[in-house]
Amino acid sequence: MQKIIKGPAYVLGDNIDTDQIIPAEHLVYSLSDPEESKKYGHFAFSGVPPAKAGLPDGGIRFIEGDNNRSKYNIIIGGSNFGCGSSREHAPFALRMAGVQVVVAESYARIFYRNSVDGGFIIPLESVGKINDRIKTGDPVQIDLANQTLTRLSDGQQFSLKHPGDVLPIIEAGGLFAYARKSGMIG
Amino acid sequence: MAMTITEKILAKAAGKKEVSPGQNLWLNVDVLMTHDVCGPPTFQIWKREFGEKARIWDKNKLVIFPDHYIFTSDVHANRNVNILRKFAKDYQLPNYYDVGSERYKGVCHIALAEEGFNLPGTVLIGTDSHTCTAGAFGLFATGVGNTDAAFILGTGKIWEKAPESMKFIFEGSVPQYLTAKDLILQILGDITTDGATYRAMEFDGEAVRSLNIDERMTLTNMAVEAGGMNGIIAADEVTRAYLAERTSKPFEEFQSDPDANYHSVYEYDVGKIEPLVAKPHSPDNRDTVRNVRGTKITKCYIGSCTGGKFTDFKNAALILKGREVRVPTFIIPASPSVAKRLQTETIDGKTIEEILADAGCTIAPPSCAACLGGPADTVGRSVDHDVVISTTNRNFPGRMGSKKAEVYLASPLTVAASAVTGVITDPREFL
Repeated sequence: MQKIIKGPAYVLGDNIDTDQIIPAEHLVYSLSDPEESKKYGHFAFSGVPPAKAGLPDGGIRFIEGDNNRSKYNIIIGGSNFGCGSSREHAPFALRMAGVQVVVAESYARIFYRNSVDGGFIIPLESVGKINDRIKTGDPVQIDLANQTLTRLSDGQQFSLKHPGDVLPIIEAGGLFAYARKSGMIG
Repeated sequence: MAMTITEKILAKAAGKKEVSPGQNLWLNVDVLMTHDVCGPPTFQIWKREFGEKARIWDKNKLVIFPDHYIFTSDVHANRNVNILRKFAKDYQLPNYYDVGSERYKGVCHIALAEEGFNLPGTVLIGTDSHTCTAGAFGLFATGVGNTDAAFILGTGKIWEKAPESMKFIFEGSVPQYLTAKDLILQILGDITTDGATYRAMEFDGEAVRSLNIDERMTLTNMAVEAGGMNGIIAADEVTRAYLAERTSKPFEEFQSDPDANYHSVYEYDVGKIEPLVAKPHSPDNRDTVRNVRGTKITKCYIGSCTGGKFTDFKNAALILKGREVRVPTFIIPASPSVAKRLQTETIDGKTIEEILADAGCTIAPPSCAACLGGPADTVGRSVDHDVVISTTNRNFPGRMGSKKAEVYLASPLTVAASAVTGVITDPREFL
């Protein structure tokens, strides 16, 4: 697992539900077909109302034009990120768009599980609210070993929570890899 | 050690004498349910990960309902149903309920109940967040994604962290103008959409005990709207009577110990609760119907696993009987069994279906339909700046189709009253 992840942040508010991450009408595409599955990247965060897309100002597209990938690889959210449906298509869509890490104040359970067990993205929790301290486009650096996020413009550091018992699954890259490593499945 | 009902069921499924909140457990799964949106990717992951050795751990415990995107010309959606069909045929699955056949059962959570899969004391996992609905039968039920489901499909196991429990006690006798939907909206307004994250929500009290299975399922169904891992109501005579008509399988009932530990306990007197709505754009944006009365609406929707059960339509018919709707009103029974009962059960000599049709409602075939928007040709889907009042479970931006639409969540009584006037209306004006 990569220990340092750097890149421009895309900032969102509280209660980003799975319909905002990937609207239900797009759930018909294959997740395994290499070409068709790119659509998930294209439609990632397409359900976020424009005024709340890319805080603090809003109106910033996560995906530009016909692209399937975003220039933002780190998402900063608020509380209850990923609430709503059980669709694994949500963390999958973020992965397809090029997202590596989401840092949010808190997560809805199923989205968190799906992110970790599917090995799509690394969901980290901030200590307290930080989506009002970072602007969309700010370059940030995440140090997974030391659980910190640094705003690179001024070196301001924010603490992240240790992932706890799920760390071995994150490190293995997902549930199946973990189960194989620990001898649960052959 | 004193335990809650959820802790007792998890202990049994983990092969342990007792469990405490926070403990990591590997549970043996009794039923795995999936549908047309998440079934195909689940099967794909299962094949990819288990390869040549891929075996379904127990075909009798796998239940598949096409229900989400089934009455559509969308080629990708139809392809998904074909994948389910082929998978069921290839592996000779006994519990596949194909759309377009007599076996079709409609919306998965209601179908699970009607087909007798919801057995007290068991663990039921589904690839749908509203799988928590089944907790109305005193079992542990929760939603997961495709990877977890694929793992269960091959091993019969899932990891869970034992949740803390929250208890919600409703006392008093439920007035005619109130439904379970109002009770769960009351809770959502109090604890918000992440107020029960990673916790069990246990419902009890005289008012809950007086509810039939349909209404109990409305309570547990929306546990996930508060972030809950599961919703649960201990089995009782109502549960046993419902099951006796549908299954002869044995089951074990569990009850919370009187001195069990809870994260928190909320007590309500139902006599003091008014008809409620969740305003746009969140299920916890609660207000009284009284405060928003007069808000102009463009569409009414009665359907889904939350609000498309027989009792929901019977409640709507109490108000729509002999009246006409002023705005397009969509009736989507959750299951063929519900639809059939609407054709046979009567109020004052008229069938409920006749009452709804005579009032000018559009009655569509059973499916999830526009509860979650769906493909462009989905019946009842919101368009443009629609203002919808709906018996469904979520009103996040874009949930029912249009991102510009506003959705109010309410009880079937409130939706029916609003349909008659064209503005949000308190059902007490008609009862």
